[in-house]
Amino acid sequence: MIARRHLLGALAGMPLIAAAPHYRLAAQPVAAGIWVVRGADAPIAMANGGAIANISIIATDAGAVLIDAGASHRHGLALAALARRLTGKPVARVYLTHLHPDHSFGASAFPAGLVAATPAVAAQVTGDAAGFSTGLYRLLGDWMRGTELPAPALVAEAGPVLIGGRRLRLLTLSGHSASDLAVLDEATGTLIAGDLVFHNRAPATPHADLPAWRRALDQLAGLGQQRLVPGHGPVDPTPGTAIAQTRAWIDWLEPALKAAMDAGLTMVEAGDLPIPPRFAGLAVARLELQRSVSHFWPALEAARLPRVGG
Amino acid sequence: MILLAAPVVAAPEGARPDDPLQSPFLPTVLQLVLPEGARVRFDDRVKVQFPAIAENQRQFPVQVDARAVPGVKRIIIFADLNPIQKAVEFTPHDAEAFIAIRIKLDQRTPVRAAVEVADGSWLVAGGWIDAAGGGCSAPPVSRVKGDWAQSLMQLRGRLWSTPGQRVARLALAVRHPMDTGFVDNVPSYWLESLQLRADGRLLADLALNASVAEDPAIMLMPHLMEGESVTVRGRDSGGVELAGRVAGQSAIPAGAP
Ligand SMILES: [Zn+2]
Repeated sequence: MIARRHLLGALAGMPLIAAAPHYRLAAQPVAAGIWVVRGADAPIAMANGGAIANISIIATDAGAVLIDAGASHRHGLALAALARRLTGKPVARVYLTHLHPDHSFGASAFPAGLVAATPAVAAQVTGDAAGFSTGLYRLLGDWMRGTELPAPALVAEAGPVLIGGRRLRLLTLSGHSASDLAVLDEATGTLIAGDLVFHNRAPATPHADLPAWRRALDQLAGLGQQRLVPGHGPVDPTPGTAIAQTRAWIDWLEPALKAAMDAGLTMVEAGDLPIPPRFAGLAVARLELQRSVSHFWPALEAARLPRVGG
Repeated sequence: MILLAAPVVAAPEGARPDDPLQSPFLPTVLQLVLPEGARVRFDDRVKVQFPAIAENQRQFPVQVDARAVPGVKRIIIFADLNPIQKAVEFTPHDAEAFIAIRIKLDQRTPVRAAVEVADGSWLVAGGWIDAAGGGCSAPPVSRVKGDWAQSLMQLRGRLWSTPGQRVARLALAVRHPMDTGFVDNVPSYWLESLQLRADGRLLADLALNASVAEDPAIMLMPHLMEGESVTVRGRDSGGVELAGRVAGQSAIPAGAP
C-alpha cells in the first residue's frame, strides 16, 4: 500500500463530471495597470477548482506580469488569457509568492523560463510539491488534469527589478511559509503581499513560523504603500488595515494555544475555544483555528509537557 | 492553502438500517472490533467529537465523552475504513468515561466509539470524516528523519487536579513510531499497552493498535485523592517497556468541561 495507489483509487472513485470544468475569471482594477483576480473566499473544493487565492496582473511594455499562477494548469491558462485581454500583451513573467498549491500550481501553464521564485521555493518544487499534488488531485480531480509544476528557471532576489519600464521592488521574507515573496509596484504604491497578509479572512498556518511572520509584517508595514493586495480576501484600500488584522490574529492565536495546553484542554476543546468578538469580521475563523490547533499542538506538547519517564 | 473535500454520497447497500452514518461496512467492522455476538445499538449520549476537517490525516484528534452513560466498562475507538479499524480500547477502572487521542485516517471514513455498558451490550456513535488518504500507509515522520530509536518510549505527562475534587486530567505523550507494517519493508511495530495506577489502585488500561497516530498522545480523567500521583507502565509490540510517574498539581481551569 503506497500513497500512489490511494491517489489512483481516489480518482477512480470520483463522480465523473460531464463536461471539462472551466474557470470563469473576472479581474477587478486595483490601480493604474494593475488588476486582481479575486479568489473565492472558501476552502479548496470541487466547486471552485482551487481558485481561492488572489492573483495579480500588472501591465508592462514588455508584457503582463503575473503575481502567482493559480491552482492548476487550466487555471494558469485562463489567467494567461485574461492577462492578455487586459494588457494587450502575453505574459512576460510569473512571480510565485510561495509554494502553496492554490498560488503556485498554475505555473504548470507557463514555460519554466518565465517563472521566477526564490531559491528556497525553487528547491521545494522538487520536494514538497509532490505531497501537495496528491492531496489536490484527490480534492479537485479533473480540474487538475495536466498540472505539472516546472522548476522555476528565474531567481527572485530581494531588490528592485525593471520589467518593460515598470519598477517592482521584491521582498524576500518568510513566516507564512518557509519562503514568502512580496512585490511592491513603485509607481502606484501597490503592495502585493501574498499570504503574508490575509484580509477579512483568518490566516492559514500550515507551515507558519509565527515569530518570522511577525518580523515580515513589521517590514511590510513600513514600505510606504498606499494599498495592499492580500493573498486571500478583498483588496485593502489602506496601507495597514489588513497587516494589522493579520498580526492581531497571530498575536491572539499563539498565546491562546499555549494557554489551552497549560490549562489541560484537549485538541478538540482547543479547536472550540471562543474566538474574540474583535475577529467577528474574519471569514472561516473557526476552521482556521481548528487547522492551527492541528499545526501547532504536537510541538506544544513536546515543549510544554514535562518528561516523566521512558 | 485550505483543503476541504466535497461530500461523497455513501452507498447504503448492506448498511444496518439503524446506522445513522449508513456505512455499508459497519456490520463487518463490528465483527472485527467487538466481541463475538456483541449486542449493538446507536446512542447519542456517546459523544464522539473531532474537527470539521482532517488537516493532518496522520494525526487526527478524536475525543470520546461517554460520561452521560452510566456504568461504562470499556470504550473502543475505531474507523470503519482504516486497514486497522480498531485504534484503542480503553478500560476506565477508576476514571471517567472520557478519552482524547490522535489516530491515523486512511481515507474518508466513519470514526466511531463503541461503549460497553453494565449489561454487556454496546452503544455506538460517531461521524463521517473526509481524508485525502495515506494516513496508515505514509511513513512516520520519525522514520523519515531516522531519529526514532533515540527517543523510543520517552514519556511526557502532566496532571491537573483541584483539591477537594476527585476527577483529574492526565495528559500522556509517548514517543513511538507506531509502524503499521504497510510502508515498504518496515514491519509493524507499535505501543500496545499502557496501564495507569495510583497508590497501587488500578485507574485505567489502554490497549493500542498501530492505527493510533505516531507518538501517541492521550488525555484521560482519572479519579485521584488529594496529592496522589499516577504511575504509568507500558509495553510495545517488541517487548520494550516504559515506566514513569506523573506528579504535581495544576489547577483545572474554570470553564473546562
Ligand atoms: Zn499560503
